[in-house]
Amino acid sequence: MTTLTASQPRARAFSSHALVRRANSIAVFLILLFLAVVVIGIPVGWVLLTSFKDAKQIFAWPPNIFPDPIRWDNYTGVIESLPFIRFAANTLFIAIFNIIGRVVSCSIVAFAFARLRFPGRDFLFMVLLSTMMIPHQVTLIPTFALFQKLGWVGTYLPLIVPAFFGAAFFIFLMRQSIMTLPRGLDEAARIDGATTWDIFVRIIMPLCIPPMVLITVLTFLWKWNDFLNPLIYLSNYDDYTIQLGLNMLKGRFNIQWGMIMAGSLLAMSPCVIIYFLTQKYLIGGIANVGIKG
Amino acid sequence: MDAGNVQLQLPTSNIQFLNMNIRRPATREAIEGYIGISPWLIGFLVFTLGPMIASFYFGFTNWRITTDAQWIGLDNYIEMFTRDRDFFQALRVTFTYVIIALPLNLVAGLALSLLLNHPLPGIGIFRTIFYLPTVLSGVAVALMWMWLLNPDYGVINSLLGAVGIPGPKWFFDPDTALLSIVLMNLWRVGGSAIIYLAGLQNIPPHLYEAAEMDGAGVWSKLWNVTIPMLTPTLFFQLVMEAIDAFQVFTAAYIITDGGPMRSTLFYMLYMFRTAFTDFEMGYASALAWILGIIIMIFTALVFKSSPLWVYYESEAKR
Repeated sequence: MTTLTASQPRARAFSSHALVRRANSIAVFLILLFLAVVVIGIPVGWVLLTSFKDAKQIFAWPPNIFPDPIRWDNYTGVIESLPFIRFAANTLFIAIFNIIGRVVSCSIVAFAFARLRFPGRDFLFMVLLSTMMIPHQVTLIPTFALFQKLGWVGTYLPLIVPAFFGAAFFIFLMRQSIMTLPRGLDEAARIDGATTWDIFVRIIMPLCIPPMVLITVLTFLWKWNDFLNPLIYLSNYDDYTIQLGLNMLKGRFNIQWGMIMAGSLLAMSPCVIIYFLTQKYLIGGIANVGIKG
Repeated sequence: MDAGNVQLQLPTSNIQFLNMNIRRPATREAIEGYIGISPWLIGFLVFTLGPMIASFYFGFTNWRITTDAQWIGLDNYIEMFTRDRDFFQALRVTFTYVIIALPLNLVAGLALSLLLNHPLPGIGIFRTIFYLPTVLSGVAVALMWMWLLNPDYGVINSLLGAVGIPGPKWFFDPDTALLSIVLMNLWRVGGSAIIYLAGLQNIPPHLYEAAEMDGAGVWSKLWNVTIPMLTPTLFFQLVMEAIDAFQVFTAAYIITDGGPMRSTLFYMLYMFRTAFTDFEMGYASALAWILGIIIMIFTALVFKSSPLWVYYESEAKR
């Protein structure tokens, strides 16, 4: 405040600038807070509140915001009426095999693209990048026919086996990480007599933990949330994934919104927990793709 | 292994000519390279290229999954373009969605990223919050929005009612159903905002300082520095989001089932029904190729137009 009253014009200009900055910061903070409350807080909060209400409270007029009394019936109801735990276990089973398949295959392929020289490498890498832009549905039907011929429809194999053949996006991501590692590491190891496999396993892989975590988390999230593929390939009720189970929930309790919301929240909770635990890797890793890409 | 056998059968001079001598480090490295990329290469041939060629062929056949495919020439495509009303409706819905959702997501994502780029204490918490919807997808989110946008008991219409605005019927009205799906997917805009944010943070601060010296205001800096410097990121994001936008499925399948009055008959939903409800695999393959071609044309146009609007710093330096 003293600088404001001071007579030097330069000091006054500086402090008014600082004041504008501070006002800007407050405005940005308030806008973000407002958006967070309206866009995220109200929908999530409302769903959460609904899951603790019984039908009478949900359809009450005028509407009650808070459940009174709090009912856990929706949660127990969902778990009793659908084999929810089983569906979750099925989905986890699929996700774990996808994670193993992708981490292993993408690491090897990315290492070969990043570190080994072979004729046609750059062309093949361009092919790999362009496959990221091929719409999934063009290959959907023949792939289904292929699995049908193999007798795999109705099993988990169509949902798991492709993961062992890499995924363009993750190979790209992993290659970008490996490219940032100094080549001197490899060369020093080579002089000491290390084979390519040694370099891959002992030197490169230990330095690629962040992209591996990213592949693990994203694969888990995508497989947990995948609906179309299980819908096409699974027919046996006992084999259903969590998303197919939720779809049944909708059909079964068409008006029981409390139960549907409880089921949805249960289904989303693993994603939320994993997200909060790994968000540093996730947000940082995702953001890098856009920059380097 | 193959190279080793070759070496046993052929005289040495030939092998060196063929560049196949396994003892040469370069050859050895090449073989290791091919082995290394083989998982992807095999996967590409079996799960991408092969099926693409197969689906091109099936597009010219009458093929129900139980019978053998029967060559019928262009009949599927003729049927599609002359008689199939659902096909045109599906195109109309999908294109309307893309035309509304793509620019909306771009502008909202950019605006959010500008806000999230502000140096505030605790800004990381806001970033975490706005990214959250991106990790939730599929059926649970669709069910959640069905309830939030419930015309009678949903929170959105309750809030609108509280300020005296009669809420629309959202998913239940042919005029607003598609818009509701647009809004629902706009909820996940934090995902693109994070990518723009990374782009913003890569803009060298000296550009802003120079602009300020020249007396540039907030808008001028946004228009002349931020947006041009962000165009490579925008370009990347536009391509990826367009591919997603052409393939909306879960929301339409779970919430509206294409209705009311086919107002949300997304292309992907129509294709899914043709293939897995009616089992018209040949016709569905033809549908798949048409959408594939549309997406490829769109992507090609974006790429072709990129020299006009995407700014790469390295070019300017040349």
